Amino acid sequence: MLRLDCLRSVYSELENCLVVTIMGAVAAELQSLGHRPNFFYLQHAMGLASSTGLGLALCLPEQKVIVFDGDGSLLMNLGSLSTMARYRPKKLAHVVFDNESLLSVGGFPTATSTGTDLEGIARAAGIPRVSTVRSVESFKAGVSEAMRGDDLTTIIAKVEAAGPAAYVTDLSLLENRFQFRRHIQSLKKRE
Amino acid sequence: MFSSFAAIKIELRGSAAGSADGRDDIKHDCEPMPVSLTNSRLIYDALKKCDIRLVSALPETWLVHLVRLADEDPEMILVRLAKEEEGVGVSAGAHFAGIKSAMLMQNHGLLASINGIVSFAHLYKIPLLMLISYRGSFGERDPWQTQGGNVTEPLLRALGIPYAFLDAVETVKKRIRQAQTLAESSLQPVALLLTRDLMWEE
Repeated sequence: MLRLDCLRSVYSELENCLVVTIMGAVAAELQSLGHRPNFFYLQHAMGLASSTGLGLALCLPEQKVIVFDGDGSLLMNLGSLSTMARYRPKKLAHVVFDNESLLSVGGFPTATSTGTDLEGIARAAGIPRVSTVRSVESFKAGVSEAMRGDDLTTIIAKVEAAGPAAYVTDLSLLENRFQFRRHIQSLKKRE
Repeated sequence: MFSSFAAIKIELRGSAAGSADGRDDIKHDCEPMPVSLTNSRLIYDALKKCDIRLVSALPETWLVHLVRLADEDPEMILVRLAKEEEGVGVSAGAHFAGIKSAMLMQNHGLLASINGIVSFAHLYKIPLLMLISYRGSFGERDPWQTQGGNVTEPLLRALGIPYAFLDAVETVKKRIRQAQTLAESSLQPVALLLTRDLMWEE
């Protein structure tokens, strides 16, 4: 299963939610499908995409928030699973692309390649809905269900360690950040 | 001085002796923690005046009252963290959502947050109001706090983080207001060091 195919399968559903991604391949591939003002790419600070999603979800409880995380990033901030579970925002979906690799720095294997089970860790941390998906169809179905917003969900998506040719895009970090915040403020005004 | 300390101990024991189940004896055999509730409330009220609506925290002794005040306040979102660096992400999310936030941490929590501060708050120009208990400085009795105390200010300077002290009752309100104003206008982390003089009553 390719991450890009997964992203493509849910791209149209991302329109009405706030999206936070980690750096590297996830950010570049989502942008390659077409940037939108409701997408924020955290191009460093590994581990904090899920914390950012939690902050958004707690402050905007009616807003759907989806985080596209990765195994390398999540392993740097496993405590985030316990913090998310503690506050359990119903409309937060946490998707972890697990390619068992730190791909963007040359493909070094992470601990999920030697048996660390992120689904088990998320479940034991108290995340109420956790699943592992291995096909694009089940990925799409899992994300669609999570996006209905009934409860906090973590989806581990097992993907191949393959990514785009380049990671740098023409969207500057600050432009992305200010646009994202302005977009959210305009949503609040509309309400 | 020794006699007045002894008098406090006797008084505590005296009140415990009157308890029905005797459990108070256990509690009062511990050293009392003289964290200032009055000054904690002063700080908390100043944060509320600045329209802070989310507080992330990793508790430590000096912060117990502040965390409890946030927990008991229905207007405040309290996020208890596993590690302080998470608070950078939570505060960034709050900022995007248009909610003003503050981070409560020990100076060792600042040490644990450095990458988040540099490669999120600085890189993306995120305002952070950091209230940091300044352990390991003058008067510190816990040996394990002392090394962190040594590096706190040099580290803040190296990171280019503007900081000031909360060390006197008269200036708490104004300084918190000023720190929050600077964080918002400069879109960067600003630190307030909570000192023993303000937080501790002994």
